[in-house]
Amino acid sequence: MKKRTFKEWLKQWDQGEFDLDRGEAEALHYRPETQEKDDDSWAHRPVRGLREGEYTLFVKVYPFAALLLASVMIFFFMRTVAELPPFASACTPANQSEVIRRYIENGLTETGAVNIVAGVILDYRAFDTLGESHVLFTAATAVFILMLAGEAEPEDKRTRRILEADTVLSVTARVLFPLIVMFGFYVILCGHLGPGGGFSGGAVIGGGLILCSMAFGPERISRLINMKTYRGVVLCALLFYSIAKCYSFYCGAHHLETVFSPGTPGMIFSAGLILPLNIAVGLVVACTMYGFYSLFTRGTV
Amino acid sequence: MLQLLWESRIQAVAVLLFAVGFTTLLLHRNLIKKVIGLNIMDTAAYLFLTSIGYIPGRLSPIVADGVTDMEAYVNPLPAGLVLTGIVVSVSVTAVMLSLTLRLYRRYHTLNLDEIYRLVYAEQEDV
Amino acid sequence: MDLIELCLLGLILICGIATCLQKNLMVSLIIFMAYSVIMSIVWALLRAPDLAITEAAVGAGISSLLLFITLQKIRDLKRKDASNDEKTNL
Repeated sequence: MKKRTFKEWLKQWDQGEFDLDRGEAEALHYRPETQEKDDDSWAHRPVRGLREGEYTLFVKVYPFAALLLASVMIFFFMRTVAELPPFASACTPANQSEVIRRYIENGLTETGAVNIVAGVILDYRAFDTLGESHVLFTAATAVFILMLAGEAEPEDKRTRRILEADTVLSVTARVLFPLIVMFGFYVILCGHLGPGGGFSGGAVIGGGLILCSMAFGPERISRLINMKTYRGVVLCALLFYSIAKCYSFYCGAHHLETVFSPGTPGMIFSAGLILPLNIAVGLVVACTMYGFYSLFTRGTV
Repeated sequence: MLQLLWESRIQAVAVLLFAVGFTTLLLHRNLIKKVIGLNIMDTAAYLFLTSIGYIPGRLSPIVADGVTDMEAYVNPLPAGLVLTGIVVSVSVTAVMLSLTLRLYRRYHTLNLDEIYRLVYAEQEDV
Repeated sequence: MDLIELCLLGLILICGIATCLQKNLMVSLIIFMAYSVIMSIVWALLRAPDLAITEAAVGAGISSLLLFITLQKIRDLKRKDASNDEKTNL
């Protein structure tokens, strides 16, 4: 399929002609009978260990037993909720503890982060966040192993052509892609000044990359992110994170007491290591999210 | 009890959502539906945690005008914990979906019972 | 605040139950996306803006996208199976 500029696209869309044969043009329209149905019938064959009669009894009883279990669970949980301290009161133990007091009253001077949540997760509890990054990395490794095993299936050509012929998708992607990526970088870089941080910003950038890849084909993104750059970025980011954390343990494990001073709260270059850590986490997450998409559609990165 | 439940209605809704997700997990035999049910259970637990830290009339935990008084902000700790949890839940979703794809490639069905049947049939053949 | 909160809580419950009752997987996924967006608004009301941003990016964006892609991939595989069956039958 030859490439067309945006104006040609609009013209062709006006005239209603597409570079598709008839079957594919039909596939662009909504056809409810081809929609994926919930394959939800019981298999009418005995499960091993159960005789035929026992199995039909099991099939009859199981839904009611499940509903009964859920009802009992709701009842006990509701009783617990009613027994809890009243909702939204300031004097519950959870909201009165000295830990919270320390975080709020000394957080600004100790970490330099205006956003107290960012200070908590990337400074006081940075070890927790390191574990979280490793969970994400381990999940990515598991997905790589599962999807790369066996022969790599190329993306279905028909799906690709339908996506490329979709005017709504390509126009939307053209307008939104720069905005989404810009917003993602803003969320990462201002993670210590306002709501956001490495993980949400990375997810936003990953979503933008997926949108671009969907609309214009995966070749454009794979120039930027391929297996080699993915490995490099994830390795560097996690290593930097681990080294920063090791250094803080070496210094007495209070929190990330480093040569980086907290700086003036409210400035972009402040809050010590929180900004570099946010960037590291954001890079890992953006690459991993795009990697998930790429593995699911094409079986390779 | 109803009065108490009405006062803490967000937590009650979280419990109901948890039960809805749990029932989906138990009753549906389609693997993708099970993944959605698990995601609903996750968000219900996070909603419960977040509602614990909420105090009406206070600001979100972002220091404004240099005020560092505990009475001015809501509890920042549940937000930090839930943030970690969301990352873990999306990782779990990705792993489960890739397992689902592998199962579909091998057994050509998404119905868990059917997959069990095929697995048993395979074992008996061997 | 009270009225909005009640409306959102009701919508969340409706969306959650509808996701589970809907037979069509595609429609069910779209309702799940709406559920995530409403959940992120509730978190913004509960004074947790970090969570709201993350849930909007992850729950409504990445998770739902992965589910959609899986569904698409399974549909592709199903069509391939069907065409293979036709070939062997002929």
